[in-house]
Amino acid sequence: MGYFYLSMGIKTYEVKPDSQEQVLLKGLANNDSRAIETIYRNNFKMVQAFILNNNGTYDDARDIFQEAILTLYEKAKSESFVLTSQIKTYIYSVCRRLWLKRLQQRGKTVQMETVEESVSAEEDIEVHEKRNAEIAIMDSSLKSLGEPCKSLIEAFYINKKGMNEIATEFGYTNADNAKTQKYKCLMRLKKLFFKQYNTGE
Amino acid sequence: MEDILLLNAIERYLKGKMLPDEKKFFEELRKSKTEIDQMVVEHKLFLSQMENYANNFKLKQSLHHVHARLIEKGEINELQEPLSVKGKVVQLYRKYKRVTAIAASIAGVTALVISALVPYFTPAPINKNDLQQLYHQLNQVQKSDKAQNYKLKEIDSKIPIGSTVTAGGTAFLIDGKGYLVTNAHVLKGSGAVVVSNTGQEFNARICEVDLIKDLAILKIEDKDFTPYKSLPYSIKKSGAELGEELFTLGYPRNEIVYNMGYLSAESGFDGDTSSFQISLNVNPGNSGGPVFNKSGEIVGILSTRQTQAEGVVFATRAKNIFSLLDELKETDTAVQKMKLPSSSAIKSLDRVSQIKQAENYVYQVKAYNQN
Repeated sequence: MGYFYLSMGIKTYEVKPDSQEQVLLKGLANNDSRAIETIYRNNFKMVQAFILNNNGTYDDARDIFQEAILTLYEKAKSESFVLTSQIKTYIYSVCRRLWLKRLQQRGKTVQMETVEESVSAEEDIEVHEKRNAEIAIMDSSLKSLGEPCKSLIEAFYINKKGMNEIATEFGYTNADNAKTQKYKCLMRLKKLFFKQYNTGE
Repeated sequence: MEDILLLNAIERYLKGKMLPDEKKFFEELRKSKTEIDQMVVEHKLFLSQMENYANNFKLKQSLHHVHARLIEKGEINELQEPLSVKGKVVQLYRKYKRVTAIAASIAGVTALVISALVPYFTPAPINKNDLQQLYHQLNQVQKSDKAQNYKLKEIDSKIPIGSTVTAGGTAFLIDGKGYLVTNAHVLKGSGAVVVSNTGQEFNARICEVDLIKDLAILKIEDKDFTPYKSLPYSIKKSGAELGEELFTLGYPRNEIVYNMGYLSAESGFDGDTSSFQISLNVNPGNSGGPVFNKSGEIVGILSTRQTQAEGVVFATRAKNIFSLLDELKETDTAVQKMKLPSSSAIKSLDRVSQIKQAENYVYQVKAYNQN
């Protein structure tokens, strides 16, 4: 059917997401739990059905779906963000691509119906995978940093706590001491990170 | 120490927290010193990586929470089986399309052949007289079958051989251990057996007879009897109100019979206050049967009917069971601790279910005289 369409040269129209979807995407970019819940509720079952019908398990469905949401999040957060399709279509396409890849990695022969894809998610997935690799480097660097450095860095850079708060929490006599400690930890972390980051590139 | 200050400055610069003058000074410093410029670029990259890491971490946490919350609400589920039924059907259809087509055509051909063959083998219509005869014969067979049944039951009977059955009535359990209440006038004889609604007979001992109250207590003493833990109905001390709907279960025949009526007078025959009058259709054999109100509580024991009037029946008040039991307690230590059931488990059930529960506890009594 899709082949017939193409050969006839019929244009495929971009489906512009409506304003409600824009609000959802904005919410997602700000890590707003209500927006995330709405997106989750509207799309998870679809992905679950797709994965389960294609040799996957419930856990696969959850992983793939969350991966797709992360991809959408990164897209929504970027400045040059334009979503040319509906959220549902986008998530479905990303999940399809991701699941195909996952199946191939597992060495399974893939027999999926070839559906004409309305959205090309390939590029976004590549960006997402690169991002994932970087995050993995940061993660392993933090892990090899050891305690209390790891917690100290996380408190400052992830949980965005102030130095005074950190000082009391970690039991430093004053914020300056905590700052010195943080500086030492940060230097070590940067060293660990760039070592992997530069060789990985 | 200087390094810390420098890094602090870089962070403040990157976060845009510097004052204009300070910023200007710092930017000139960047231009003049390449290593500082290098540090700024490097740290910028690092901070953005850290920011990505933080965002990713937080979003994953949110997703995790949202997932758990939706599962809790039941809006998504942890199904392992494919849940899109439609998709599955379509898949199956595609897979078995050809098989189905072949099967369908075979079925079609077979149906045609059969419908063609049926008229050939159908016997000619029978005339009506034959049918009548067959029906008759069938009846006869049924009758002899019934007769056989009776014989079997007689063999099983626990009534001692050579004794004659003198009277029959109804009794009901007042305690799971096998204590029953019936009318005294039912027990015209030297012994009694009780028969459950399933037809099983048990030997019973007459424990207490009160001719004035016209009540008696029997006890099943039979190894075949399995005691009940509790009874579905209760026995109500306070009686019933005028006009209250009542029903009874009893054995006017060998099978349990249900009847329904209402309390028509607060006193019994000739102003007897220990009983009350009910409007109900009963027959001999109903004597000793329980009278239930609509909550399934026993309010009386069916005893007599007025011969010259239709539908006038008298029942002994249930509170007499309590006093009878007290009398028995004086002589029999085994019943000292016995308590009559005080709450009805069938209170809110519909009538059919109430009967279903209660009928197992209502027995037929057969009194006999040993010759």
